[in-house]
Amino acid sequence: MYRYDQYDHALVQERVAQFRDQVRRWKAGELSDDEFRPLRLQNGLYIQRHAPMFRVAVPYGMLSSAQLRRLAKIARDYDKGYAHFTTRHNLQYNWIPVERVPDALAELAEVEMHAIQTSGNCIRNVTTDQFAGVAADEILDPRPLCELLRQWSTFHPEFAFLPRKFKIAVNGALEDRALTWFHDIGLHIRKNEAGEVGFRVIVGGGLGRTPIRGQVVREFLHWQDILTYNEAILRVYNRYGRRDNAYKARIKILVQALGVEKFAEQVEAEWAHLKGGPATLTQAEYDRVAAFFNPPAYVQLPAIDEGFVQAQAELPAFARWVERNVRPHRVPGYASVTLSLKKPGTAPGDVTDQQMERVADLADRYSFGEVRVTHEQNLVLADVRQDELQALWEDAKAVSLATPNIGLITDMICCPGGDFCDLANAKSIPIANAIQAKFEDLDYLYDIGDIELNISGCMNSCGHHHVGHIGVLGVDKGNEEWYQITLGGRQGNNALLGKVIGPSFPADEVAGVVEKLIQVYLENRHEEELFIDTLDRLGVEPFKTRIYGDRLKGKNAA
Amino acid sequence: MTRIIKNRAVVEDSWSVLRLAEGETADTIALPQGPVLVPLSVWTTRKSALLAASSPAAPVGVWLAAGEGPEGLVDDLARLPVIAVDFPKFTDGRGYSAARLLRERYNFQGEIRAIGDVLPDQLFLMARCGIDAFALRADKDADKALALFDTFKTPYQAAVDQPQPLFRRRAA
Repeated sequence: MYRYDQYDHALVQERVAQFRDQVRRWKAGELSDDEFRPLRLQNGLYIQRHAPMFRVAVPYGMLSSAQLRRLAKIARDYDKGYAHFTTRHNLQYNWIPVERVPDALAELAEVEMHAIQTSGNCIRNVTTDQFAGVAADEILDPRPLCELLRQWSTFHPEFAFLPRKFKIAVNGALEDRALTWFHDIGLHIRKNEAGEVGFRVIVGGGLGRTPIRGQVVREFLHWQDILTYNEAILRVYNRYGRRDNAYKARIKILVQALGVEKFAEQVEAEWAHLKGGPATLTQAEYDRVAAFFNPPAYVQLPAIDEGFVQAQAELPAFARWVERNVRPHRVPGYASVTLSLKKPGTAPGDVTDQQMERVADLADRYSFGEVRVTHEQNLVLADVRQDELQALWEDAKAVSLATPNIGLITDMICCPGGDFCDLANAKSIPIANAIQAKFEDLDYLYDIGDIELNISGCMNSCGHHHVGHIGVLGVDKGNEEWYQITLGGRQGNNALLGKVIGPSFPADEVAGVVEKLIQVYLENRHEEELFIDTLDRLGVEPFKTRIYGDRLKGKNAA
Repeated sequence: MTRIIKNRAVVEDSWSVLRLAEGETADTIALPQGPVLVPLSVWTTRKSALLAASSPAAPVGVWLAAGEGPEGLVDDLARLPVIAVDFPKFTDGRGYSAARLLRERYNFQGEIRAIGDVLPDQLFLMARCGIDAFALRADKDADKALALFDTFKTPYQAAVDQPQPLFRRRAA
């Protein structure tokens, strides 16, 4: 993975000094709360329900074992011994006092990490596919370009005070695993007829209060032009995006207001001035950065390891874990493993300091010392030998990280919700736990098969409820926590927004409602049909009828 | 006279800023004696009168409101010793784009002054965008603010202060 040189090191160290000075001036009354707020937000620091919430960037999801150990140390020394992985390759702490954040930042800087622009109205952490570099369907490893975007966006002088936050996602494979259709800018790496590498540029997607699928602004942009083109997009947005209403300030609203053709025209007109300028990427710089992402030292192995096959035959529990949590690798004899952070009864995405240290050990022992963070809030060891999978499984089980549920209903995306987040209208973790409890039986869980259930505690949609096959959204109804259900959302190449199916439910009914939805699927599915397929074939009516039928009848009777 | 930061030093400054009050309009407002920065609307409607009244001792400049770009000033740049960019709130970042366009696209060589809600923690970014004079908000200490210009010594991007991005200068 990328390693800092003297320039990168100097910048994160200067950032620590800058923030230490800002905290000092705030404490001394030289900076008012209002003046300090955007400064601390751009270091990922929110003042929250219990204590500040501190969000650390994991650029494009890559972590070394040394970095993970440092995150564990910070959880132990500064927090209460745990942390939370978010849906955008970030790690959040919940209990670090403001005064100690500069020291935590200094600890991060030592391991080439930071919290730069993890919040605020600026360009946020760039995200990508957790299987970058190892996926069989990859066109080009997106990570070097992500790193170049990270550097370009870090302390960008013109775009530090945008109308609203700005998120970029890059996907380098045939299948979209980075939710690119729902980002401010989504980039698809592709090749043109001449074999040159470039991007399809999608602008104006987003979830949140006004969920909108992004639109293509350019079908092919040569990779060397990505920084100048992004500057053109950002400049049009910075100048003309709405600033009068925070709910209307994302770039998606500007794109909708202008229409995508007109918006694209403005971007192209701006870009005409910037194209070919000094910010045009060079092959030399690409090569310098790409060298950090060269494949690790794989050994030659048989495509199928006999011992691995035999172990699956002998150990049903191992076979189950392999079926759900292990993914083919493009190098023969290797596999990618997802460590589940969705053990029923725990908060989705949460890890303890001990678990982080243990994962670091597993990465060192089994996967070249590297870990990836997924937007589904799990961890990935991308390069594991088949003949070591069983040993890894045993080790992961010992720290409760081998729950065999990847892609199943209990592997849900879930924001921290009202237990931790000030923005939330409702709690989300207890809802997740109640649903997990309904589906604890593994045979039942496996029979249901692949399904995506996403929970957000408010309209900000950190839990991506709009793109869950089943989405659960917490809403505030007369100071009570209620939950709205959406159906039919999905991520991937055919990403779609789910539709609200009807009136919302009180907290204690949500898990039962989800169970009824699953029953409709199980009763009506055709052979090999997944939940989403049955839903697409039948439409939402039978699902609605099952849930609201009694209630509607009751109304009619009254 | 007020104290402003200019070319990274605190100096005494005699420019005033004309702002239209409620009910005042560009075509009727009394034009003050220079040195004065007038709104773009006043410049556009009263240009000949302003130019006639201006002299080296009493110059006239223009200030751009946050929603205004430099496009309307392109033909006048050589006549304007100072163009100011107004920040109605320090969180309104439109002025950064206006300053960069003035320097990079229109090659403006005069002074670009930040006015309005100008705070020390934004000086580094503003300077990178080509702003070289800063009328800090009155309650802020200009002498203390000077240190913040050097917050980051070698940033990544190309900008007005360093037209070559770091990746073109990185020592191998």
